[in-house]
Amino acid sequence: MKYQSIDEANRAVLDSIVGSSPFLVDVVPAKSVISELNNGKVILHAGPPIKWDDMTGPMQGSCIGASLFEGWAETEEEAEKMLANGEVEFIPCHHVNAVGPMGGITTANFPVFVVENRSEGNEAYCIMNEGIGKVLRFGAYSKEVIDRLNWMRDVLGPTLSKAIKLKGDGLNLNVMIAKAVTMGDEFHQRNIAASLIFLKEVAPLIVQLDMDDKDQKDVMQFLADTDQFFLNVMMATSKAVMDGARKIQDGTVVTAMCRNGKDFGIRISGMGDQWFTAPVNTPQGLFFTGYSQEDANSDIGDSAITETIGVGGMAMIAAPGVTRFVGAGGFDDALSTSNEMMEICIDQNPNFTVPTWDFQGTCLGIDARKVVETGITPVINTGIAHKQAGVGQIGAGTVRAPLACFEKAIEAYAEKLGLI
Amino acid sequence: MLHTIIKKNSYQDSVNLMLLTNAVSVIEGINKIQIMMGTPANKDIFKGAGLYTDELEKAEANDMCIVLDTDNEDKIDEVLAAVDDYLKNQSISKSGSEFETVRTFDRAMKALPDANLAVISVPGSSAAIEADKALDNGLNVFMFSDNVSFEDERRLKEKAHDKGLLVMGPDCGTGIISSIPIAFTNVVKEGKIGIVGASGTGIQEVTTIIDRLGEGVVHAIGTGGRDLSDKVGAITMMDAIRALENHNQTEVITIISKPPAKEVRDRVVQLLRSLSKPVVTIFLGEKPEQHEGNVYQAYTLEETARISVDLAKGNDIKEDYNNFETSVEGVELKPEQTAIKGLYSGGTLAYEAATLISDALNLGKGNGGAEGFVLQANGHEVADLGDDVYTQGKPHPMIDPETRVKFMEKAAEDEKTAVILFDVVLGYGSHEDMAGALLPAIQRIKSNVESQGRQVHFVGTVCGTEQDPQSYKEQREKLVQAGVILRDSNNQAVRTALSIIGLSVEDVKKQRVEYTGTSSNEDLSISPQIDKLINSKPVIINIGLKSFTDSVVKFGGRVVQYDWRPIAGGNERMQKILSLLK
Repeated sequence: MKYQSIDEANRAVLDSIVGSSPFLVDVVPAKSVISELNNGKVILHAGPPIKWDDMTGPMQGSCIGASLFEGWAETEEEAEKMLANGEVEFIPCHHVNAVGPMGGITTANFPVFVVENRSEGNEAYCIMNEGIGKVLRFGAYSKEVIDRLNWMRDVLGPTLSKAIKLKGDGLNLNVMIAKAVTMGDEFHQRNIAASLIFLKEVAPLIVQLDMDDKDQKDVMQFLADTDQFFLNVMMATSKAVMDGARKIQDGTVVTAMCRNGKDFGIRISGMGDQWFTAPVNTPQGLFFTGYSQEDANSDIGDSAITETIGVGGMAMIAAPGVTRFVGAGGFDDALSTSNEMMEICIDQNPNFTVPTWDFQGTCLGIDARKVVETGITPVINTGIAHKQAGVGQIGAGTVRAPLACFEKAIEAYAEKLGLI
Repeated sequence: MLHTIIKKNSYQDSVNLMLLTNAVSVIEGINKIQIMMGTPANKDIFKGAGLYTDELEKAEANDMCIVLDTDNEDKIDEVLAAVDDYLKNQSISKSGSEFETVRTFDRAMKALPDANLAVISVPGSSAAIEADKALDNGLNVFMFSDNVSFEDERRLKEKAHDKGLLVMGPDCGTGIISSIPIAFTNVVKEGKIGIVGASGTGIQEVTTIIDRLGEGVVHAIGTGGRDLSDKVGAITMMDAIRALENHNQTEVITIISKPPAKEVRDRVVQLLRSLSKPVVTIFLGEKPEQHEGNVYQAYTLEETARISVDLAKGNDIKEDYNNFETSVEGVELKPEQTAIKGLYSGGTLAYEAATLISDALNLGKGNGGAEGFVLQANGHEVADLGDDVYTQGKPHPMIDPETRVKFMEKAAEDEKTAVILFDVVLGYGSHEDMAGALLPAIQRIKSNVESQGRQVHFVGTVCGTEQDPQSYKEQREKLVQAGVILRDSNNQAVRTALSIIGLSVEDVKKQRVEYTGTSSNEDLSISPQIDKLINSKPVIINIGLKSFTDSVVKFGGRVVQYDWRPIAGGNERMQKILSLLK
């Protein structure tokens, strides 16, 4: 090991996270930055590797939608047949510097955010948020869904690209995140403040663009309506920051957490690209009328990258507006959630101070050792998908990472160090 | 049938409305209900739930839309009332806890960076690990936990001594630090007497008598029962004695212990002789014949308390403190009724009873019987029902009356039994109404034996103060009403029991003589940490039993609760890996 101790290695990882410098620099077609998408039919998905047959309903639905969007198939049946017979290659988003919400399904022509982490010189990508209701990420693939994806590809993506470029240097994300955390966002269940800050930044740029009036109005309206728009920016940011930090190949800091609906996967700094997986849990929460816990799909999505850098469920206390997802409780429960998460974290991030937490910084650096020692697993705020493809979101709540991932990770690391 | 109510310009966030929907959907007679803001996306959700109505078309994003499916139109008003009520009472009032609860030692230290005392009540096998952490972080330790090995005890105490810290315990059930009662402890007034004791109920008996005599205590430092063994060498007791010597408010120092190993005893007494303050000692079982220099030697716990109080008040020391009434009127015994059965919840009180009974019988030493009995001779029995033998898988008899009731019934069946002798110990940690809990059994047993033409006399004592969470006065009244012959101290109760069967203890009339032996130059200085511990309210990390925070909060100490669990949930392989990945 390059470091004197595991603690010292972990500190180096944390220093990289705190010293990160993420900027939103562009929105581009995924294929232009992810070369793997140019080799035949390739679908990126959320979580650790998974086969078509093992995917749960929403992810399969998303794959069908993506196939229709890319024009690989004309009908649902055609798409399903093609996906089942192995014509399509599946790759985890995480393996190509990307992350994706819920199903995480990403193909060549999806527009993606490009976040550049200037301190470490790396990039990360994430598709854009489609809003709520019938959306691809929850497995819906109706005409309405595909129409919206076409519009995002043809209008929203290029417009944002041009607008951001007017800025020259890109958008400084740390500044936007720091502001939004003081405005009550925790960046997983609640992004309304950050989304408004984003709109505030890009609106003056969009109105300068020489473009069709209706398109311009539609883009502005979409950004104004989409409360969770910043979530996907935050995910790309988190990925860029954690990928920069995990260049340090020592220590026990958790560098990724993600779910594919079947397995929960984590990475730790000392074990590089290796996934440590265990069966996912199913989120508990509040459901829209007509749906119940029985309809809930198991945990899914790469969005737990936000918890990995210490926001989302870890920062429950920052978002009084969503605290009631932790159960029937209120502020005290949110406080005890974040306090509990500090039991498994090494430090706090001075860049993002939380007013409702007496200006303590957000959680920084989940230590897999502490998770195993205490049995306290990270809590994740999440949307809940219906387990059938196409139904979409049926609620929201919280879910815990399974302990076994962390046990496997520290065991592997102890082996790597030759301790066992 | 579907009914739609639109509340114009009545914005609530979606989480609230989901909770509200859940809350009102339980109203009887409602098949289905959905409450959402009238955004386009939400209207789609209404459609998905089969709750879409034409009225919703007109609703806007800031309108609250309630759609309910009910066959009874009267329900609409009920729902609306419930909705209004819910929205009005959204703040979840919850009394904030007076202390923070954490799950790791690190977090505990962050919560109270100036913590200087760890109270440990986790299982014995893990107690030493937590004690090490506490010492490494500069905290003094109060170890309630038992089953800690001799090796660990000695090692921890040496480590603490080197760091200028104090380890109270292991198996330390009682303590008062800067007037804060810790663990199983009585609420005692502040005063001029300082106590160091290697015995839990010994400290409780002495401090409560002191309190009732109008004096008080600032510190009662428990050392754990093995501190004065030759393996441990009184490390804690000697540091605690030095601490009290340096505590200005303490004018009299009182030492309570079972007889220590000779070398250890000599070392402790040598230290005591070098003090500037008067000292009262009791080495239970020893029957001293005089007071020597500044060291006053007592035979019973009551005498210990009384000498201490007289010294503190500047009164003359009496040569005998046992001039109280022990006779009981109207005692009728059959010729075979000659035995005393002592059924104690307090170990030291049992030991004191055994000592006095042996003394009256001229038995000499070493009359302990089977495990759990401190005395078994000539039909007399004294049982320490708090002994491990009786508490395996069962609550301690200070908390639960069951074991004692069984023993009382058994004792009453024995035709030799004349007296059932027992204690009721009050204070934090003890049963909220032990007298009341024992009362039905005592009455039942009394009437049973009376129907057999016998009388069994219950003689008891209550160890407690008026300030205890249980009312001392009420506890006494209940026992008296049940026909218990009640005495003010264990000493008096035992002597009363003896007098019932026609026996008595012969007391030595003690005089004070000057000490003429050699004196040594002892180092009486204390560390800054111990100075802080005895001169300010302790700041406590409570590791384990949450109820121990009650007395700390009540008496103005600051505390953080560390909800201890076994490392890695007790998974040994993971524990090993974790220890390797330090």
